Amino acid sequence: MNKSKIIATGKYSPELAVSNFDLEKVIDTNDEWIYSRTGIKERRISQNESTLDLTYKASLDAIKKNNIDLSTIDLIIVATTTPDYFIPSTASLLQSRLGLNDSHVTCFDISAACTGLIYGIQIADKFIASGSVRKALVVGAEIFSKVLDWEDRGTCVLFGDGAGAVILEQSDKGILADYTNSSGDDNLSLTLPAVSLGSPFSLKELDCHSNNYLKMNGSEIFKFAAYAIKDSIDHILVKSNLTIEDIKYIVPHQANQRIIAKVSKDMKIPLEKFYMNLEYYGNTSAASIGMALDDLYGEDNLIEGDKILLIGFGGGLTWGSILFEY
Amino acid sequence: MIKEKIMSILAEELGVELDEIKTNSNIQEDLGADSLAVVEVIMAFEDEFDIKIPEEDTEKLTTVKDIVEYVESKIE
Repeated sequence: MNKSKIIATGKYSPELAVSNFDLEKVIDTNDEWIYSRTGIKERRISQNESTLDLTYKASLDAIKKNNIDLSTIDLIIVATTTPDYFIPSTASLLQSRLGLNDSHVTCFDISAACTGLIYGIQIADKFIASGSVRKALVVGAEIFSKVLDWEDRGTCVLFGDGAGAVILEQSDKGILADYTNSSGDDNLSLTLPAVSLGSPFSLKELDCHSNNYLKMNGSEIFKFAAYAIKDSIDHILVKSNLTIEDIKYIVPHQANQRIIAKVSKDMKIPLEKFYMNLEYYGNTSAASIGMALDDLYGEDNLIEGDKILLIGFGGGLTWGSILFEY
Repeated sequence: MIKEKIMSILAEELGVELDEIKTNSNIQEDLGADSLAVVEVIMAFEDEFDIKIPEEDTEKLTTVKDIVEYVESKIE
């Protein structure tokens, strides 16, 4: 029993769906441009919900659909780069919202951008394998709409808000292999600035929220993403001693359909093996893999023993993969 | 040889007929590559010729001729 198994998935996305046509009314762009370059038709945008709200609702979805006994959760990890607060962590707020303040729970957030859920599952798996915890709730949640420059049509059309949750517990099978990697992005090709220096003693005037937007060098990130997916597949197959034919589905971070098409073509992996739902959600960063996995589970065509490969890649730069058995 | 290889990569990546590609073809205006397709062909050239093409150079490579001269200078 020194392994962990994903026993539940859940997702939540805000109600408001913003189509490419809706965006045409706000900025100089058009549906054809967006769809042909990304595969995205619409994204969900929060009108009044917080990151905690999304996190909570995705968790509740996972808990309810699978009749999880809440009181047995003893680790909560939230992967986000758009929390409501730096202090407290989203995970701590979620513990409270779930009514677990009197339980013994370890709670923290992690920052690994779009790879956050992969890192989170990897950490939870190690906690469980070591015997430190029995059941872990891992949620990727983002409200990117609050950090987008809505005048930059190169980025604001790409992202959406949402949350995806998974619950892991001790088992004799489940996660078969994990792989994570990072390469410090000193070219700053994907950035979201935090609070800047601004004490009475600092040399610059206080400007903590000037230009506090997500910036991305699209072509550099495209190249990186294609490399990161290939590298993740290669490493996980070697680690698990499997071939690509053994994998039923690959659930990649839902960044851009063109990236997936490129990898599919280069590696000669059928496009149908990649499970995609970004058409309706856009890129939801740390939330995307959990949301896509939940949709895949919802299709009810998986059978016990099917091997599923999750792949994340994004800011940091970070990337990695988790291979598990359904 | 390099020129023929570049033209065949362009044909494959952009889904155009080989005989549509001329030395002075502009890859975006004449061959219909959008900004991401430009990145994709650059990646294909990097793999094929085992070179690195930095972004500041990518911006200057607008025609088939530009690419052929650039790749020749890189692998000499």
